[in-house]
Parts: sequence; structure tokens; C-alpha cells
Amino acid sequence: MPLTLERRVAPSKLMMFASPVIAIILTLIAGAIILLFLGKDPANGLYVFFVEPLTQAWSLEEILVKTIPLALIAAGLTICFTANVWNIGAEGQFILGAIAGATIPVLLPDLQGPHTLPLMMMLGFMGGMFFALIPALFKVRFGANEILTSLMLVYVAELILDYFVRGPWRDPAGLNFPKTIDFNEWASMPIIGADRLNIGLYIAIAVAFILLFFMGRTFQGFGIKLAGQAPKAAKFAGFSRDKTVYLVLALSGGLAGLAGIIEVAGPINQLRPAISPGYGFTAIIVAFLGRLNPVGALIAAFILSITYIGAENAQIFLKITNKITSVFQGILLFFVLACDTLIYYRLRLKARMNEVRS
Amino acid sequence: MKKTVIGALAALSLIAAGATATVQNAIAAGKDKVKVGFVYVGPVGDFGWTYQHDQGRLAVEQALGDKVETTFLESVPEGADAERAIEGLARSGHDLIFTTSFGYMDPTNSVAKKFPDIKFEHATGFKREHPNVSTYDSRFYEGRYVQGMIAGTMSKTGVAGYIASFPIPEVVQGINSFLLGAQSVNPDFKVKVVWVSTWFDPGKEADAAKSLLDQGADILTQHTDSTAAMQVAAERGAFAFGQASDMIKFGPKTQLTAIIDDWAHYYVKRTKQVLDGTWNQQATWDGMTEEHVIMAPFTNMPAELAAKAAKLAESIKNDTFHPFTGPITKKDGTVFLKDGEVAEDGVLAGMNFYVKGMDSELPK
Amino acid sequence: MSVDIIFAIAVTIMTAATPLLIAAIGELVVERSGVLNLGVEGMMIIGAIAGFAGAQLMGSATAGILFAVGAGMLLSAFFALLVLVMAANQVATGLSITLLGLGLSGLIGNAYIGLPGLKLPKMDIPGLTDLPLIGNLLFGHDILVYASFALAFGVSWFLFKTRSGLILRAVGDNHSSAHAIGYPVLLVRFLAILFGGACAGLAGAYLSLSYTTQWIEGMSAGRGWIALALVVFASWRPMRAIAGAYLFGSVLILQFHAQALGIKVPTQLLSALPYIATILVLILISRNRRLIQSNTPACLGLPFVADK
Repeated sequence: MPLTLERRVAPSKLMMFASPVIAIILTLIAGAIILLFLGKDPANGLYVFFVEPLTQAWSLEEILVKTIPLALIAAGLTICFTANVWNIGAEGQFILGAIAGATIPVLLPDLQGPHTLPLMMMLGFMGGMFFALIPALFKVRFGANEILTSLMLVYVAELILDYFVRGPWRDPAGLNFPKTIDFNEWASMPIIGADRLNIGLYIAIAVAFILLFFMGRTFQGFGIKLAGQAPKAAKFAGFSRDKTVYLVLALSGGLAGLAGIIEVAGPINQLRPAISPGYGFTAIIVAFLGRLNPVGALIAAFILSITYIGAENAQIFLKITNKITSVFQGILLFFVLACDTLIYYRLRLKARMNEVRS
Repeated sequence: MKKTVIGALAALSLIAAGATATVQNAIAAGKDKVKVGFVYVGPVGDFGWTYQHDQGRLAVEQALGDKVETTFLESVPEGADAERAIEGLARSGHDLIFTTSFGYMDPTNSVAKKFPDIKFEHATGFKREHPNVSTYDSRFYEGRYVQGMIAGTMSKTGVAGYIASFPIPEVVQGINSFLLGAQSVNPDFKVKVVWVSTWFDPGKEADAAKSLLDQGADILTQHTDSTAAMQVAAERGAFAFGQASDMIKFGPKTQLTAIIDDWAHYYVKRTKQVLDGTWNQQATWDGMTEEHVIMAPFTNMPAELAAKAAKLAESIKNDTFHPFTGPITKKDGTVFLKDGEVAEDGVLAGMNFYVKGMDSELPK
Repeated sequence: MSVDIIFAIAVTIMTAATPLLIAAIGELVVERSGVLNLGVEGMMIIGAIAGFAGAQLMGSATAGILFAVGAGMLLSAFFALLVLVMAANQVATGLSITLLGLGLSGLIGNAYIGLPGLKLPKMDIPGLTDLPLIGNLLFGHDILVYASFALAFGVSWFLFKTRSGLILRAVGDNHSSAHAIGYPVLLVRFLAILFGGACAGLAGAYLSLSYTTQWIEGMSAGRGWIALALVVFASWRPMRAIAGAYLFGSVLILQFHAQALGIKVPTQLLSALPYIATILVLILISRNRRLIQSNTPACLGLPFVADK
């Protein structure tokens, strides 16, 4: 192999910041090539996709609406992935959080007051947390692979939600259609924007910075990092691997659940069979794009949200099929991962290696 | 490396500058004709529900030519995204917007509130909270009755298999209507229902179809979208009914007839009304009479049965017969319709019970 | 229930189990070499559209298989480039492959919507296929059903009875020592990944050329993920993968029979059964630490970079 990797002595600071940027630029170039291939003007296409959404107030607000769930889920996932625990079932934890939080407006619609929303959010957090503790328990007690158990539980969560909205929680005035009653005013997220943007944005920002502090400045955070990078050293230093697994899954599940209740108490305002367009999976991309840093994930969530609105613009203005969205997202993740390598390794041509060294 | 980054950034800013002009032109161009937007829940390529709506969109383009421009957004999830997608269409100069899934009901109404000058049409829903929102749906159950009659006559085992998606009123109407049609020729006819909990998963639909055939059904019908069941029936030498589109290509010796969702008439009519300013709020629930529901040719059956089916379809079409005409008893033994009584639309729209003769329970 | 029905159900279960088994065997080899490829779903759907399109172009369903295998391998080569050459994170790379596969297949598939496809011919041996009961069960399938068993037995023989198989397992168990001995770690993994891609593509071909002969967007509908679960279910042993695929296929099919027989259970619970079953089996198998430890590739998911 002519190209080889050489481990850097220390991770490159420059590359840490440059790699996501390089990845985005490479994605734009690849995107332009695909657009050419589809017979569309690449310059116009990229503009509509990535810039247009930022030029109007309402679409900017919609990008932020979409950023909230992605950022919240991804923030939790960054911690999980840092600890080398692979929770890919955030989608299910999101749904369970939404169900748990919705018990109040659906089953106790008379419980109205300033305490309603905080209570719902607490239940949402707990719902997601307990659902994430299932794979944690299975991993710790039985050694079952959390990637697979958490993924299987996504399907189970979707069916649980389906059961509730078609069965016991169905809106009696809804002509048998699968949805719950609308949430009352006290059970809805307060709006901070012109239209649909709610206080979830502040929560997402706060969570990102709290987690940044937690990971960078606390003993527990250090333990999580150590568990991921050097499990043996972590054990030696007295950090229990099992406790770390429980902690990171509880945290990421809880945040996914919180995102779930914020989404249904916010823009959706009721429970219905489909409440997430795959936020839990997209958040995995977000976590990586954000360099497994909670604040990075916040920025990445914003960037990825642009592509959703951009995809709709591309369909409206350029009549480009929406399949291009998942192609773009796939390519973006692909390049992000490739560029990340440059943080820890140098790429070298083998033949030249001696010259460089001498 | 730095150089490449700067170079690429420079190139990008050029791209951005060039593109602004074109987009603005595109927006401005939409003013002197009607722009019609469609929001689809699935991919246009599902060859079922969404595909039929897109055929309707193409019919609008064909019928009105230069006077119309159409746009569609496909695979729009029924959550928080729906409202944004609809609003995106509203903000980009569309005069008439069709939202084609039940889950778009509340988003459609809330966007309609913000854009009183734009007309909104929501398929299969019941909320019209603002004067610029109409709803429309089709009486698919009318076609089901004809299918049931054919199945009752053709079946040797006296059992039909029914692949169902979700127990919402529209699906329940279809099952009951099918059974009533079959009972009209064979009072002991049985319908076995399998719920697959999806509108669209060809593999699962194929599995359900095979299971139903294994259980003794020799005719299949479905309220899911793909052609999988038709193909399975073709392979096993059984008969089947097409759903949403004419599926004769997938079972030339298998398809007895198909219920075709034809949205073209409605879409063309409503677009014209926006053009000449006569659009008004409506709750449309049309069937065979208005050619919302069309039966595919009656094939693979004796000529006399085909003639009988055509006659039955004609009687529904010219309103001399209603599939839900009493006496009809519910499964629990209570009276649904007295002798000669015809079901009211309001009752049908919320149907959540089986009629007498069903063996299984309706999932709740 | 008569005997006939039981045999008919068995035939149906075989068709449901086949794509799962083929994809699982491919992934099993990949994981034995120490690489976790979560892109099975993406490679499977690319195989489905490539197989369908290839069959249309060449006018032969069998030719379609070759296209499917090629497409699966091509996508897996991108995966290999990232995780082997660039030492990227395998979980995330696999996800990007799945995203790419789903999107690209939709783009390519646009031209093939609503076309009746070509079906793989079924075996028909006069005398044998017509045998009562077992005739259809044993001698009435298309080539891919038999190929799935051939793959399982072949891979089992390769892994445990050949020197190359031993090297592959050595690479998966301890890449550093394997490298020290002089085995080409990256090359072995590259070949394993390509094999996995070929199998996933083949499984996709089965979906669009046999299971339901048509192209429909998203028609893999999560089967790639189930194949991944099956590998763990099988504790990385091909023979157990057969058992797992057939158990899973049975649950998939029997839930419909339970409904058709009028058994009163919420449909959502029936639909959830296959997933719950996988989790339970995963626990039961993982519980037995010795069993897991003796079979799990110790280096699963870890990138390998040769030190100078």
C-alpha cells in the first residue's frame, strides 16, 4: 500500500478544527458532481441546498426548531461514544420519553399549572433513561452487545407508541384516528420565536455547555474519557466499567427522552404514531460531525438541520428528488470520518518516508 | 492544505453569488399562473398511494399546460416536519396545496391560518378549521363490495384473505363492505384478516399473503400498497385484487379487478376552480359516481360474472345501490342498519366494528 | 391443522429465512476478521436495485445476481477504504454506508418503478419436486435458497478446517500478534469485507428477484439490521446462523398464521415478537461467557494500524 498512516505524537490541534471544515468542503464538491450528474446546475443547486435556508427569517427559525431534538440527543450520544459505549437506540429512547411525558396531558388533562411542564420533562427524561438502562443492564449483567439490543428496542418502542395512540390513549373525538387529544396550554412548550421555536433551544444550549463542563472539568467526566481511551488504565484508576456503562447510557437515554417530550409538547402538540423522522439515527451523524464534543454537536445539529430545509427547497425550486438528502448526509459522514483520521495520524507516502525523516 | 481550503472557500463564495440571481428569478416567475404544491407521505416510487397522487399531479400538468406549475415534496414525515414542508410550499408562491396523508391534518390547518389567501386541500381528514381548507377522500369501500361479490362467486374454498394495514375506519369500512359483498352470493363466506401494521413493506405483505393462502384462502385482497400480494397469488395460482393502481402487469392471469384511486378528476377540477376564482370550501367524499374510484377491467373470470360485476358497479355508480344498506347486523349481534336503511356518512367515517360473519376480533 | 399446511408453512419460512441467512453469513466472516460493518442494510438495498436493474438490462434474472454481488462489493470497498486505510470508526462508517445505500438505490431505482421484474427460475426435478409433502420443500426452490446453505457450510469449513480460515480468525482475535507473525492483517480484512459486501448484495438480489420480483424504494425494510443481530445470535458460528435465520423466519411467518387463526393478541405485540426474541436470545447466548468468549473475535471493532 503506497499510503500509510503514521500516528502523531499528540493529536493535531489544527486538524481538530480543520477536519470538519475540510469534510464539509469535500461534501460540497462531491455534491456538485452528483448535481452535474443529475443534469442540474451545481452552483445553483448547492446554493439552494445549503445557503438559501439561512437567508429567510422563517426558515432560519425552522432550522433552529429542528436543531433542538438533534442537539439534545447528540449531546448525550457524544458522552456515550466517548466512553466507547455504542447506544444506537436513541430513537427508541426518544419515543419512550415522549410517551412517559405525555402521560400527564393525556391521562391527567386537569393537572394544569406552572408545574405541569417541568413534571412532563422530568417524566420524559426518566422514560428515556429507563429505556436506555435496559441495554445497559443486559450489557453489564449478561454481556449482551448494546449496539444490537438498543437497536432492537427501537422497533419495540415504535410499536409501544403505536399501541397507545391506536388503543387506550386514542382521542375519543378523533373518529378512531390514531392520535391523542391535543396537549393543553400548560402542557405546551412556551414559544420564544415568531412561530414555532420554543424554549427547548435554551435547554439544548444549556445541556451542551453543562456536558462540556462535566466532561472537561469533573472527575466523573475524566473517568468516562479514560474508560473510552484506555479501559485498562480506567480500571486501574478505580473507575468501574459497569458504573460507567450505566451512567453514560442513563444520561444519553435521558437526554433523548427529554428531546422526545420537548418535541411532542412543542411543534407536534399531541402523540401520534410517527413522532420522529429518525432523529435518533441522524443524531449519531451529528455526534460525529461535532467531534464527540457536546458543544460541537450543537453546531453540527444546526448544520445538519440546514440540509433538511435545503432538501425541501431543492425539491421546490429545482425539482431535485429528496433521495439526494440521505446521499449528502452519507457522504458528509463519510468525509468527516476520513478527515478525523488526520487528527491522530499523518498520511504519508511510503517511498518518501525516509527522506522526510532524514 | 491551507491553500486548498482558501481556494475552495473562494470558489464557494463565487457559487453562492451566482446562484442568488437564479433563485430569485424562479420565485418571481410563479406569479402569472397557478402554482400547485403536493405533499406526499411516501416516495413517488411506492407504486401505491403516493404514486397515484403523483399521477393526479401529472394529469393536472397535462390538462392545464402552461397555466399551471406543479411541485411536490416526497417522503415528508408526519411529525413536526410536515408543518414546515407545507409552509415552505406556501411561502414559495404556491396558490393551491394538496396534503395527501391523514397525519398532515393539524399541520395543514395551522399553516392555512397563517396564509388565508392560499387554498389548502387535505386528503382523508375531517378538520376544516379555516375557510381556506377543504378535505377530500374517496369511497374505496364501494369498490370493495364489488370485489366481495366476485370473491364470493369465484372462491372454491369460501375463504378470502385480507391483508390489512391499521384498524382505522377507512380500512374497517373496506373489510365490512368486502364481506357484505361476498355474503350477498355466499352467506357462509369467510374473510381472514391479517394486520401487518404497515402501509408499505413488500416483504411483509408477501409473507402475509403466503400465510393466508396456506390457511386456505384462495383469493387475496389487500389494504396495503405494494404489488407483493398480487405476485404471490400469481405464483400460487390463486386470484387477487389490485389495490390503488391497476396491477394487471404483475398478475395477468391473477388479477380479477382492481380498485384504482383516481385523483386526476378532483385535482384538475380544483385547480381550474382556483384559476377562475370559483374555489370554495368543501368536504368531498366521492366514489364511483364521480370517478374517484374506478374498477379495473373484470378479468380472469367467466363472462357472466364479469357482466354481473359490471352491472353491480354501475348500480353503485348511478346511486341506485349503496353497499351499506340494511338489514345489517353487527358482529356483537346488535342491529347496525334496519331493513332498507342506508348508512349515514358520519357513521361510516367513524366505523369501528365488524359486521356479522367475521370470525376474528377487530384490534383495538 | 393438516400436515399439508405445516409443510406449506415450512416452505414459506424457508423463503423468509434465506435473505437473512445469506447476509448474516457474509457479516459473520467480516466480524470474524475483527471488523464490524453496520452497512449491511445499505449494501443489501444496493444489491436489490442492482440485481433488478441488471436483470432488466441483460434480460436474465441470473445475470442480475452478478450485478447485485458487484454492487454490494463496490459499496463495501468504500467501507474498507475508510476503516482499513483511514482507520476510521467502524460503527459510524457503517452507518454512512447504510445512508448512502438507501439514498443511491432510490436515485438509481427511479427508472425501474412499477416494472414487473424477472424471477429466478425454480428448480424442477421431474419425480423429485412432485413428491408429496417434501417434494416442494426440498427440491422446489430457486438457486439462492440452496446457495444460502452452501454458503453456510462452505464458510464453516473455511473458518475451521482451512489454514486461510485460521489466519482470518487469528487476525480477528489478535491483530497485533497476527501482524507480528507476518500475516497481512489489512489484506485479510479487506477480502473479508468484500465477501461480506458480496453476500449482502446477494441477499438484496434475492429480495428483488425472488421474494417479491419488483423494485420498490426501501424494500429491504430493516432486514440488514436483523442479519446483524443474527450474527451475534449465532455466536459467530455459521451452523448456528442457519438455526437463527430459520427461527427468525418462523417467528416472522407464524405471527401471521396466529392472526389468521384468530388468536387474540395485540398486533403490535406480534410484530414486536421477532425483536424481543432476538434480544432474549442475545441475552441467553451472551450469558454463557465461555461460549461467547471462545467465539467472539476479540478485536471486533478495533482499528488496526501497523506500528513502524
